[in-house]
Amino acid sequence: MSPALQGLLTIAIGVSGCVGYFYLSNQFLDKVLFPPRGPNAGRNINRANMIRPWLFLFPALAALGLYLAYPVVETLRLSLTERVPGGGYRWVGLDNYTQMAAEPKFWEAMRNNMFWLIVVPAMSTAFGLLVAQLTDRIRWGNFAKSLIFMPMAISFVGASVIWKLVYDSRPAEQDQIGILNALYIFFGGAEPQTWLTVPFWNSFFLMIVLIWIQTGFAMVILSAALRGIPEETIEAAILDGANPFQIFFRIKVPQIKTTILVVWTTITITVLKVFDIVFAMTNGQWETQVLANYMYDKLFRGDDWGVGSASAMVIMLLVTPILIWNVRNARKEME
Amino acid sequence: MSDIAGTKPALRWVVQASVVLLVALWVIPTVGLLVSSFRTADQISGSGWWRSMFPSEQNLTLRSAAPETQVQQGDLYVIEGTLFDDDQQAAISRWGISAREVDAYAPGETAELRRGGTITVDADGTYRMENAEEFSGNRGVRVFVTATQSPEFTLDNYRKVLFSSSGDDSMGRAFFSTLTVTIPATIIPILVAAFAAYALAWMEFPGRALLIAAVVGLLVVPLQLALIPLLKFHLNIGIGKGYLGVWLAHTGFGMPLAIYLLRNYMAGLPRDLIENARVDGATEFQIFTKLILPLSFPALASFAIFQFLWTWNDLLVAKVFLIDATGQTTVMTNRIVELLGTRGGNWEILATAAFVSIAVPLVVFFAMQKYLVRGLLAGSVK
Repeated sequence: MSPALQGLLTIAIGVSGCVGYFYLSNQFLDKVLFPPRGPNAGRNINRANMIRPWLFLFPALAALGLYLAYPVVETLRLSLTERVPGGGYRWVGLDNYTQMAAEPKFWEAMRNNMFWLIVVPAMSTAFGLLVAQLTDRIRWGNFAKSLIFMPMAISFVGASVIWKLVYDSRPAEQDQIGILNALYIFFGGAEPQTWLTVPFWNSFFLMIVLIWIQTGFAMVILSAALRGIPEETIEAAILDGANPFQIFFRIKVPQIKTTILVVWTTITITVLKVFDIVFAMTNGQWETQVLANYMYDKLFRGDDWGVGSASAMVIMLLVTPILIWNVRNARKEME
Repeated sequence: MSDIAGTKPALRWVVQASVVLLVALWVIPTVGLLVSSFRTADQISGSGWWRSMFPSEQNLTLRSAAPETQVQQGDLYVIEGTLFDDDQQAAISRWGISAREVDAYAPGETAELRRGGTITVDADGTYRMENAEEFSGNRGVRVFVTATQSPEFTLDNYRKVLFSSSGDDSMGRAFFSTLTVTIPATIIPILVAAFAAYALAWMEFPGRALLIAAVVGLLVVPLQLALIPLLKFHLNIGIGKGYLGVWLAHTGFGMPLAIYLLRNYMAGLPRDLIENARVDGATEFQIFTKLILPLSFPALASFAIFQFLWTWNDLLVAKVFLIDATGQTTVMTNRIVELLGTRGGNWEILATAAFVSIAVPLVVFFAMQKYLVRGLLAGSVK
């Protein structure tokens, strides 16, 4: 069967399966199990209403549990075990972690990840805020925002190709086709540089790709937040003779502090998961390794599930503070 | 803000100029790839894409026709023709017949050939070789020209990438694989999540707050953790690697955001509406399908766009759950990464392939931007 047909069939089965499940389980609850009739009508209605939420929730909870909650536990277990040749697992305690900590590649990935974690959220948020502020009252602001937002729709892989062309380098005697080298030569650079192989700095060239993508996200959220600032506070500042920069840094930014924090943490999460860009552009060579790519290497090229899982747990550990912060905020909001 | 943009014209110009600069910075990389996808391999490696819009001066090495085409005119042997291909248009500014002196002659001048005879080259590339004796040898003479070529674009790359049957270059099949992955992986989670979101928004039951908190927590769990456990699970229950596996995985991974977005939206619907319906005797199922679903359309659309963009652009999940050793089911992102590896230098194929894969999300993006923005605003945890 052709995959396209299979796809259509899956949509049909999936959708009708879902609708059928919800419809029939409700019918069963109301008509067969606890019909709102007879001597126990009242009690039955109450009971049916106690069960119904769980009918509605069941498929989603099953998906969440199986695809997100269980893997966290299982990965933890795998990180503490080792595969025995011929099948089965053996408990090895923290061996995988110590083995990982002894690898220079892991520390290279950790170091790079720290740079990514500092630079990308900071730059994306700063650029996002800048664009949001600058475009706020100009006539073609929405058009400009649209264009800066556009990279959000482009895949990491597509963005990697786009930027690889920007960073392309040719031998000195040829015309440069990468715009960065062309500019570099134009402004007096001696030799064309292969930007992605310059240790240390090449990581920053990779970060630019993610900043380019994430700025649009930051801009959209911060732009909405800026518009939500009460006019009176700004008017009062103008009356007091504040200059535009004072208004921006002393009046506006403090009022959208929480939103800035939200944007920052959301981009931080994205950074921790970044895999495609490094995978497609350098594959971790020339000291550009990051955790997510290191983990992929261990799992699927090295076939080392123990160390791979251990590095996945490191990513999880780095995410955890944000996770807790988010959950606490959400609970506060609901009360 | 009117204070900034309104009262000081100088500042207003600075603002305008900075926005122009920022937009240019953001757009130029993409434009570069787009322009490159319409150029031939030679053009791409010959000059930067930013030159392609203008007539460009190039040094070309061309060759006259072979001596066998010579004709006898009176007592002269003559070879005539044009140095350029039929569809090529260029204006020669200087030319030469020696690699050491490529700009020795102006158009219309005549050069002495080393093997005897003369050659005259005109600005449009036509030439005339004359010799009192017969031209010998089996190849034409080399002519070095400095020519200004008018901009030239081609659709050949797209033809090759989309319809080539050789398989290696073909993105056609990968395009359909991607589509096959994306559509079910977008529709199914919406339905499942909508029911759950309704229960979490409007039904009273113990543990509700805890569940919502759990969803918020799962929102940030890196999917890297899920790779091995789930691959093991899929292999154990016999799904293996394939479409079914990748659909299930995307459904699971998209679930927290779907529930979160939809619940927030549904919880904001007016309470009266739902309570009136309950008083009128509507069952929860009816309230959900007849009232909540239609009202939640904006949130459903927001999530649908997210999920579509995310599944279309995904590489990791497809690599782990879909692409098996046969490579029959490969998605576009994976094809592009393979092209990057094996043909890092073939920019015409790479650029075109990348644009084929970028085009669909871009169309969706510009058509549905309103919903995307709305979803982003609702989806970032406040």
